[in-house]
Amino acid sequence: MDQFLTTLTSILNSAISPQTAALAIAAIGLNIHFGYTGLLNFGQAGFMLIGAYAFAISIIGGLPIVLAVLIALVAATIFALILGIPTLKLRGDYLAIVTLSAAEIVRMVGRSSLLTNVTGGSNGITGNEYRGPFTDLSFFGDGHIDFGPWSYDATGSNGWWFIATAWLVVALLCLFVWAIMRSPWGRVLRGIREDEDAVRALGKNVYSYKMQALILGGVIGAIAGIVYILPASLQADSMGRSMTYFIFTALLLGGAATVFGPVLGAIVFFAIRLFVQGVAGQFVPSNIMNGQQTEQFAWIVIGITLMLVVIFRPQGILGNKKELSFDVK
Amino acid sequence: MSSDVPTTTSTITAAGAAAKASVAGVSPTPGVAKPDPILTVDHVTRRFGGMTAVDVQHLEVQRGIITALIGPNGAGKTTFFNLITGFDKPSSAPKLIGGPKAGEAAKSSFNGNEVGNIGATKVAKKGMVRTFQLTKALSKLTVLENMRLGAKDQPGENLLVAIVKPLWAKREAEITAKAEELLARFKLLEKKDDMAGSLSGGQKKLLEMARALMSDPVMIMLDEPMAGVNPALTQSLLGHIQALRDDGMTVLFVEHDMHMVRHISDWVVVMAEGKVVAEGPSGTVMDDPAVIDAYLGAHHNTDLGDDSLLTDEVAEELAAEVTAEEGKA
Amino acid sequence: MRVWRLIATIMLILTGVILALSLGASPAQAATAPPLTAAPCATDDATGCLQGTIKLPNGDPAVGIELAITGADLDTVAVTGDDGKWSQAITVAGPYTIELDTSTIPDGAVLDSNAKNPATVTGALNKNTGYIFKIVGGTTADDGTTTQTPTAAAGTGITFDRFLQQLVSGIRLGLLLALAAVGLSLIFGTTGLSNFAHGEQVTLGGLLAYLFANVLGLNLILAAIISVVICAATGYFQDALIWKPLRRRGLGTTQLMIVTIGLSIALQYAFQYFLGASTVRIDQANPVTVALGPVTLSAQSLISMGIAVVIIALVGFVLVKTRIGRATRAVSDNPSLAAASGIDVDRIIRLVWTSAAALAGLSGVLLGLVLNGVNWQTGLQLLLLMFAAITLGGLGTAFGALAGAMIIGLVVELTNLVLPGDFKYATALVILILVLLVRPQGIFGRRERIG
Ligand SMILES: Nc1ncnc2c1ncn2[C@@H]1O[C@H](COP(=O)(O)OP(=O)(O)OP(=O)(O)O)[C@@H](O)[C@H]1O
Ligand SMILES: [Mg+2]
Repeated sequence: MDQFLTTLTSILNSAISPQTAALAIAAIGLNIHFGYTGLLNFGQAGFMLIGAYAFAISIIGGLPIVLAVLIALVAATIFALILGIPTLKLRGDYLAIVTLSAAEIVRMVGRSSLLTNVTGGSNGITGNEYRGPFTDLSFFGDGHIDFGPWSYDATGSNGWWFIATAWLVVALLCLFVWAIMRSPWGRVLRGIREDEDAVRALGKNVYSYKMQALILGGVIGAIAGIVYILPASLQADSMGRSMTYFIFTALLLGGAATVFGPVLGAIVFFAIRLFVQGVAGQFVPSNIMNGQQTEQFAWIVIGITLMLVVIFRPQGILGNKKELSFDVK
Repeated sequence: MSSDVPTTTSTITAAGAAAKASVAGVSPTPGVAKPDPILTVDHVTRRFGGMTAVDVQHLEVQRGIITALIGPNGAGKTTFFNLITGFDKPSSAPKLIGGPKAGEAAKSSFNGNEVGNIGATKVAKKGMVRTFQLTKALSKLTVLENMRLGAKDQPGENLLVAIVKPLWAKREAEITAKAEELLARFKLLEKKDDMAGSLSGGQKKLLEMARALMSDPVMIMLDEPMAGVNPALTQSLLGHIQALRDDGMTVLFVEHDMHMVRHISDWVVVMAEGKVVAEGPSGTVMDDPAVIDAYLGAHHNTDLGDDSLLTDEVAEELAAEVTAEEGKA
Repeated sequence: MRVWRLIATIMLILTGVILALSLGASPAQAATAPPLTAAPCATDDATGCLQGTIKLPNGDPAVGIELAITGADLDTVAVTGDDGKWSQAITVAGPYTIELDTSTIPDGAVLDSNAKNPATVTGALNKNTGYIFKIVGGTTADDGTTTQTPTAAAGTGITFDRFLQQLVSGIRLGLLLALAAVGLSLIFGTTGLSNFAHGEQVTLGGLLAYLFANVLGLNLILAAIISVVICAATGYFQDALIWKPLRRRGLGTTQLMIVTIGLSIALQYAFQYFLGASTVRIDQANPVTVALGPVTLSAQSLISMGIAVVIIALVGFVLVKTRIGRATRAVSDNPSLAAASGIDVDRIIRLVWTSAAALAGLSGVLLGLVLNGVNWQTGLQLLLLMFAAITLGGLGTAFGALAGAMIIGLVVELTNLVLPGDFKYATALVILILVLLVRPQGIFGRRERIG
């Protein structure tokens, strides 16, 4: 029973943690790419990393926090342009391969020993070096706040201040996505997802729309990167290819091309993982499966879940079968 | 000429007579100059590997009339459509280095604009809108959304405007009204909230044509518009196409149904093996022994009213579409 | 009901893979093969750490270097892990002697002649004490004398000899890459699927060879053959149990691609489940090197390259000269046309999956021998290069994949001449992006029909 309570608590904690919010934000961005426009961006983690580096390095360089965020967004925009210009006129597979590669390049360059002075190399940058200005903005005071099953410091890293801002960003972005996707602009994107030649024949500049979508989703990815590192530290390897895969898993779990799908998906993603880990830890004797292995077992289950979701419920939890974004014949 | 018009359909309008009259004096030879050409094409060739799919040295399309483009399967009609609407590039397009000689480079001008090298979007924006032989209905958009997507001048298609609904709501209401009117004419109004993917093959053709008309094109190019549409509806749509012509629109269409070609076209262009082999008023061309040999076959005149011809056509068409669909999977 | 059959089969496959691995992996702990990861060392009031990172001349971490550490109550051997790091916890402050076992340095490199070996350091509690051994390019003769490659700064200078060495390494990587990429390309060509789990097929080959050769103690060649056969079987059953039913269900290629991503995640963690993050060696013996003029290669590298050349030539021959090969190319070209002309498309696809998995497995075995180690992400790291290779060559064309693989292999290794090792993959990917700008359909690709 104790074990069960521990698992439940950790699921509840993960449900509201800034890390979950960050995954949700990244998935919201990817939803604009993949869910609404049909762009196969396999480098969303690269956008996160670009945003994270730009933000952290700007703060360490002494810039005010607003400017640092702005620089992160501009950096993501430039990254999107570099990726989009050569590929958005080509078939979708090429964007997939180029984004995958580019995200990997960002990670390799970021962790390169040549840049240790700037990016911290493979050790990365510790949170204390860039967290200060954000913590200073807090008006939550210094105490400790209990709220329902949750109990955190008001401001300290991983405290309520971080949680509240992260989820506020999530809420604002959901509102934004809802507003633009019901508009004619969103309609053009969905048209492109279905058949870009048809949309081109109607006189819409498909290339420009795809670029706008790539930039917008990428910029949201950069925001996710900032939210992700604020309560933690910045390490290039934590935003690698696996991260992109996890973002995809969360998006598809929740439901692509829906407003709340990415958010729900991110929460469910962590919940499944912790649940499996908890159950395996409790019921399987440790000589068969040790602590390390329960964690890996949970990831195996995540992988299989992704397969099963895509096969049997491609519209995810929230999606409508008729509107799902895949080409299902 | 009057013997060509079956008694079952609309009478000749004054505008219709005028359209026929405008090309009455033109000699029926391939590549002949027209009194008021809206589209002029020069030296357009397209090779796939060793095979020349299209080789049109000169062709003019008269403004304000209905021109039919006929020819055997594989004659290059669709490829020719792709080339003039900017979906494909002529092999003879001018290049920076090593292109064709100055006088022999591909050139096409539409309504006073050079459209040879500007891409599909811009061609459509100039008012030359096309449909596709293999329908491109946007399956996971509703029929009404498909229609709205076709409309021009939508402020809401700009991302910055899209966020604020009041800025585009008025135009949206206008185009919705127009869409419903067109849908009613194409007998699709009760389907307006269905997903386009759920329509039948013929309904998709109709939707695509209606969608193209949403942008008030100067010239509409239809690639086998009536393939798979039932005879009764074909009749009423033919009337509709003639009405468009009477309002001043130019129509260029590809069709294998000689009944229909004879019925509504003011001018016929015949392609075989990539070349324009004959053109002229429908009666003249269809009596041309070369055309009969190459394409129509000896009995074309006697069998026109026969339903079995139509059924074969439809069957073939469907077979082709099924193969294409399978190819995609 | 087919739904449940599918779930059941997927589960079954994974359980099978997991079981197969567990059979071999559990005794591994007891067997002689030491896991090559450095035990993490954390300092506290009673503990201090001796540690360091050893890098190869090209900047890559030097894996599996052994250091004998003696002093106070300690007499032990530390081994560098995947990241080239080694560490040793100490409980007594004082002087320690560290001696690097030069025979564990990979071929093509030697200890810098200025380096002290053994070296003496003074360890302290609650503190990390670092010591760095510098490895430079050079060769070791049979009698143990070393010749250091005369470069001012190893890793950056371009000499003709170094160029030749990297050129040969590039060809080696290109060949192994080609083996794996050809299958990926054929799968893409015949089914339209980008298989993101293809990297794991490579890893599987390497790990199976380790299992048979090392844990079960079979003869290396026999172990390699068994591994490849098992890999082929995984390809066959994958298509029979997963991909064919899914094609029947009418899943789109994007959907299928994401299914392969799920499979890739599951397999990666399944590998880790049994092996942890450690790197294992297929062949425990120290590599014998062969010098060909200025170029030094391990015997294993040479043999692997030979095998790769033969197999690639064989694949090319089959594709061009045999009926089955022509049928395969016809299916790649236009599946519905091929079906209409009487080719059994499903059978061809089954064959493609089987041989693609076998080739990937072989590539994994050879890679494990050449790099002198495999771990759970060996194939994962290769996947991007494979994608780059087949994109470069033109998606779906088998010969394009071969050419693309050679180009990528050469680019990756030659990059080392001018840039530190961190960048070698990056350059390959940059080149890919540049090529796409100029020739979007790849070197051998064709454009598609519209309308
Ligand atoms: N992308 C392509 N690659 C290779 N060949 C092509 C391509 N597109 C068209 N072709 C070839 O060009 C020729 C002309 O094709 P096209 O589709 O233009 O014929 P069509 O006149 O429209 O025929 P149909 O009446 O059957 O629609 C055909 O032989 C076709 O095989
Ligand atoms: Mg055609």
